[in-house]
Amino acid sequence: MNRAITAAPNELSGPAVATHGRAGLVDILAMSAHALRGNWLRSTLTALGVIIGIAAVIVMVSVGQGTQSRLDETIARLGSNRIDVMANFSRQGAVRMGAGSATTLSVRDAQAIRERVDGAAYVSGILRGGTQVILAEQNWSTQWYGVEPDYFTVYDWKLVEGDGLLPDDYRAAATKVILGKTVREKLFGDSDPVGAQIRVGRVPFTVVGVTGEKGQSGWGGDQDDVIFVPLETARRRLMGQLQLPPGALMQIAVGTQTAEELEPVERSLNELMRELHKIQPGAEDDFMVRNLTSLVSARTETTRLMSLLLGAVATISLIVGGIGIMNIMLVSVTERIREIGLRMAIGATPGDIQRQFLAEAMMISLGGGAIGIAIGIGGSLLASRYGALPVQLDFQVIALATAFAVATGLFFGYYPARKAARLDPIEALRQ
Amino acid sequence: MASPADRAVIEFEGLSKVYAAGTAAEVVALRNASARIGAGEFVAIIGPSGSGKSTLMNLIGCLDTPTGGRYLCDGQDVATLDAAGRAELRRQKIGFVFQGFHLLPRMTALENVVLPLVYAGVPGSQRQQLGLRALQAVGLGERASHRPSELSGGQQQRVAIARALINRPPILLADEPTGALDSRTGEEILALFENLRMVGHTVILITHDPAVAAHADRVLAMHDGELQEQAR
Repeated sequence: MNRAITAAPNELSGPAVATHGRAGLVDILAMSAHALRGNWLRSTLTALGVIIGIAAVIVMVSVGQGTQSRLDETIARLGSNRIDVMANFSRQGAVRMGAGSATTLSVRDAQAIRERVDGAAYVSGILRGGTQVILAEQNWSTQWYGVEPDYFTVYDWKLVEGDGLLPDDYRAAATKVILGKTVREKLFGDSDPVGAQIRVGRVPFTVVGVTGEKGQSGWGGDQDDVIFVPLETARRRLMGQLQLPPGALMQIAVGTQTAEELEPVERSLNELMRELHKIQPGAEDDFMVRNLTSLVSARTETTRLMSLLLGAVATISLIVGGIGIMNIMLVSVTERIREIGLRMAIGATPGDIQRQFLAEAMMISLGGGAIGIAIGIGGSLLASRYGALPVQLDFQVIALATAFAVATGLFFGYYPARKAARLDPIEALRQ
Repeated sequence: MASPADRAVIEFEGLSKVYAAGTAAEVVALRNASARIGAGEFVAIIGPSGSGKSTLMNLIGCLDTPTGGRYLCDGQDVATLDAAGRAELRRQKIGFVFQGFHLLPRMTALENVVLPLVYAGVPGSQRQQLGLRALQAVGLGERASHRPSELSGGQQQRVAIARALINRPPILLADEPTGALDSRTGEEILALFENLRMVGHTVILITHDPAVAAHADRVLAMHDGELQEQAR
């Protein structure tokens, strides 16, 4: 009782400090951050797995979505749910007949398809050729298409000016024309084309509409460099010296309401055409049924598979990263066993200990996730700029990555945290 | 000599602890121990190593549960509590002082002292204030921002005592608190305990050293798992 050090022991007695008996979230986070800072190199290396995993997820998903939407655009440009029936070369005995024979399709075939193929919702016969279009001093070389009304639905052409071809125009084989966007621009520039007279070849036509822009085709051609006239107008006025049998068609476009109908309709078309053209079993078709949508869909399927595969790679790297977290957390629990024992002795509940270690795991995975998101976004932008890959970054990808990071921390942090919480304080203090 | 306390803070009867009961490796660490420690008493529990005094300390400190008998810690029956309940009881009733100080090395003296308040849910500003006052009370007001490695053994133990008492628990439980200190520093720590007793703390000191135990008002002796009041 003679020491200066016992200056004021009164300060240490008195009524108990009022408490609500649980460590606050801020304090838990502060303690976790403190522990991680004390071992920052190890914390960073541990986070590396998550960083790589999350960055991979973002790049993969962005590229996958970008590729997907580019394919979707391609499909939309092709027209929706479309099957083409083309004239093939014909064959007599062993002799293949020349190109002139490739007009084996006729309006009767188109009519039969309309009447007899279930699911063939839209059918249009097609003739086509090349011509000059002339307006006063302007002239332009382009492709003409002789079509029926369903054509515009099947190929997904939209009118942006004028009223287009009316049913009467088709019946009367009127000399009326719809211009593709490129032709409209070449001939008319800024002035209004609707109602104007142009010459197609030698024949005067009245412009009744302009179609919306489709841009480049998948093969690089300008899809808008085109004009449309009624099928019978084309036959009578534009075929010129091309000698075709009466009622011949170069192509029949068939559209279905849904993508699911494409395959059955394709089968029915093949059967019907063989029957109409009296092709013997085993003999070669003189027509060709081409299902472009299915082809692209198959490509879509491939892309989806690729995305899935890449996603699997990303998931695996996340799992590996998570195992890294779990491993380090287990080491950390063992290393800090005395600390845990002390914390328990001074009143930390098992729940407090568990929350602290879980918070540490979460901080590693969320911190790693944040860095991974930054790298992933940077990587995606680089890929789109220099890699010629279509990239689509959106908020959902980032939300997904964040969710992955949280899930990784929770899942792989839970076991070490529980192990820490279940330590016997006596054993822990004895270490 | 303390007058017989009218209120018991520690009361146990027929307390026993058996490890690996029913097997060949059965160890009776504590046999049928009974005692009553009143508020404001300074009691030493003395015994050689292996006598069961650590077992008794763990039971008194609510770190462990007995296999037999009854223990009331400040009126609370410990047997009815789970791990979380015992943690809460420790936080409210018991301040621990260990032979090896058990300070967290990367934290300052002040941060170490206020750690129990963190688990008690006391807000940060209030913690700071209480912690500084507690450090001043043990004569270390100037060392609040020092880390344990920058303090002497005696200073570290005083930080640990400030930590043990920051929650104002009725019981201070010290396990060989002078064991790692030289005798002069040990005397200082023991003097601090005596002073704490003076201001109303119940101090329980576990030691193997009769000279240390002599500072206490009462001495309970452990021998081969049995507890006996030692005549003075």
